Amino acid sequence: MSEQKRVMMLGNEAIARGAYEAGVKVSAAYPGTPSTEISENMVKYKDELYCEWSPNEKVAMEVAIGASFAGVRSLASMKHVGVNVAADPLYTISYIGVNGGLVLVAADDPGLYSSQNEQDTRMVARAAQVPVIEPSDSQEAKDYIKFAYEMSEKYDTPVILRTTTRLSHSQGLVTLENRADIEDRPYERNASKNVMMPGNAKLRHLAVEEREKRLIEDSCDFPINRMEINDTSIGVITSGIPYQYVKEALPDASVLKLGLVNPLPRRLIEEFSSKVDKLYIFEELDPLIETQVKSWGIKATGKEIFTVQGEYSANLLRRTVLKQEPYINEEISVPGRPPILCPGCPHRSAFTVLNKLKIHAAGDIGCYTLGAVPPLNVIDTTVCMGSSISSLHGMEKAKGKDYIKNWVAVIGDSTFMHTGINSLMNMVYNQGTGTVMILDNSTTGMTGHQDHAATGKTLQGDTVPAISIPALCKAMGIKNVYEINVFDVEGLEKLLKQELSKDEVSVIITKTPCVLLNKTPITHTCQVDEEACKKCGMCMKPGCPAITKLESGATHIDETMCNGCGLCKSQCKFGAINDVPV
Amino acid sequence: METRNIMIVGVGGQGTLLTSRILGGIMLSAGYDVKMSEVHGMAQRGGSVVTYVRYGDKVSEPIVEEGQADVLIAFEQLEAMRYSHFLKKDGVLIVNTQRIDPMPVVIGAAQYPEGIIENLSKKHKVIAVDAMNEAMKLGNPKVFNVIVIGVAAKHMDFSKEQWFDVIDRTVKPKFIDINKQAFETGYNM
Repeated sequence: MSEQKRVMMLGNEAIARGAYEAGVKVSAAYPGTPSTEISENMVKYKDELYCEWSPNEKVAMEVAIGASFAGVRSLASMKHVGVNVAADPLYTISYIGVNGGLVLVAADDPGLYSSQNEQDTRMVARAAQVPVIEPSDSQEAKDYIKFAYEMSEKYDTPVILRTTTRLSHSQGLVTLENRADIEDRPYERNASKNVMMPGNAKLRHLAVEEREKRLIEDSCDFPINRMEINDTSIGVITSGIPYQYVKEALPDASVLKLGLVNPLPRRLIEEFSSKVDKLYIFEELDPLIETQVKSWGIKATGKEIFTVQGEYSANLLRRTVLKQEPYINEEISVPGRPPILCPGCPHRSAFTVLNKLKIHAAGDIGCYTLGAVPPLNVIDTTVCMGSSISSLHGMEKAKGKDYIKNWVAVIGDSTFMHTGINSLMNMVYNQGTGTVMILDNSTTGMTGHQDHAATGKTLQGDTVPAISIPALCKAMGIKNVYEINVFDVEGLEKLLKQELSKDEVSVIITKTPCVLLNKTPITHTCQVDEEACKKCGMCMKPGCPAITKLESGATHIDETMCNGCGLCKSQCKFGAINDVPV
Repeated sequence: METRNIMIVGVGGQGTLLTSRILGGIMLSAGYDVKMSEVHGMAQRGGSVVTYVRYGDKVSEPIVEEGQADVLIAFEQLEAMRYSHFLKKDGVLIVNTQRIDPMPVVIGAAQYPEGIIENLSKKHKVIAVDAMNEAMKLGNPKVFNVIVIGVAAKHMDFSKEQWFDVIDRTVKPKFIDINKQAFETGYNM
């Protein structure tokens, strides 16, 4: 039966493999670091299952719910903040339960490698009364998601598989097995369970409470909740990636490794705590386990010595529990190297124009959030997906239309399709006058180039009609809709001035593909004529990493980095930058 | 065998992920348990990136912590300096002498430190190579990272044949020869 083949897999790849082996037939997601590679690996199995990029996480969740109603195993995957977008269906599908097994993979980001906050999905799950399973390495990621589907169907509940950046983006050995042949469950109309109106939902709420009680008891015997009794002077309750740090720093300690972190197996935890002298609770982010365990009158140490911020490590345990200071060379203070827009990035051109015109921008989520940092300093605010347009509207309603004459909303194409559309509808409906720039680079850039409804391609590689963003805006009744090449800096400057002066909603779509997406080879690079260079440094103002200052004071463009976008050339008043064919 | 710890640091876009795939591949083929951890997403956009590779009989955590790296491979000087405190007391630092100015330096808000190699050599065993120059000589600047692997290979426990074997399996067919040449160049330096 089993192929018994061992391969290296990213955590996310193993999650996809596990879903495949579990017989999943429908998968839906919106890209978001660190969850993106789950769908990018699901598509490898597209001959045997369906997978899609949905426009946002709420839609993805609902697609998975629909597949579950229809009786097949389904998957939704997203980053932690995506779970907020999907919260509405999530809280209610908890009441309804499942027909085909339903798993939501939520990828948290302790340490904020690529996110706007550090929220803990376990807290959301606890509020929504949805069970949470947490693996500790790639092999477990694959095994646990298969267990999650069995649990989902047995207990009539959606299940969250929680991963973190460290698990999702670490590789480990995984033993491959064959795909299970799971029969579709028959569909039967059952309105009292599947139509959540008050009379039905009241009864379902009681069913959820019963389910949770049953899980609290049964999970004490789940194989994924495991006691490792060694030296009993120290006992640690842990789960997920922190388990690995415990094994590294405290190899002799007794450990209760929880695979199910919501709800908690109370009897098992009480038994474990009675066996050990000193009990620690070692969980990244919020004290979810700790707060509950302490509320049962069990003495334990947790957030008194372990931080609520960032990732954990074995050194953290050595310092706090063992009171050892590991040998470490002195850390040397060096200039930071924050992420930057690529050479030739279209966003740099848009921000250079905004910077010149001293325009403030309400920003959004994507590569273009980097417009907030020097030397561009254009973006003033960034909250969440889609918030640029609505928050600009809020400013206008607070201070009047003249107040936003030097403000724009800046949003990418994928983010606009995600939730920006709703905000733009609101601006039109409620008589706003804002100017919206849609930086359309024809892809979801930051997460590594995923398609969306306006690109004309699907996750499975099918060519489909692209939804036209200008037509969409015009359909909302917006009269001022423009498309412009973002590197036409003079044209863009003129257009911005013109539209900001109007007391009407305007949408300026800068349609220029991401430089990393453009597969056509570059025809030329830009080079500085050192003799003509007046050393004014204007070409450096946009902050292109290909341009540096020589000791002579003249500037130099690295030809291996330059993509020939010509933005620097447009900034040079002395004609000292020329196109050189490659 | 006690777990060995290798770190690869550089600037997003320099090819740290290919390097870790080659390293992971060779350790696997030698029968070790292997774990690797890498950076995706925002940090890859020209930011400082780090990849951890650990191998041994049984590996628990997927990261290398401060003070624990046996080998630190740095594709850029400033990044070598940033992560040098991850080295063990007797750890080896292999640094490509390329300099890439970070944005704070480009805009004049910070100075690129002088004498990085000399200063690091006072505290650590440092092997500095101008791999970019060597790669240019081979006619393909992109293979500079495999030259660095060649240099690092002398401080690891595998034969040249084993390395060639993993290059065969990891690199796209039309780039196999140039990558082997690059490896050989580093190995003989």
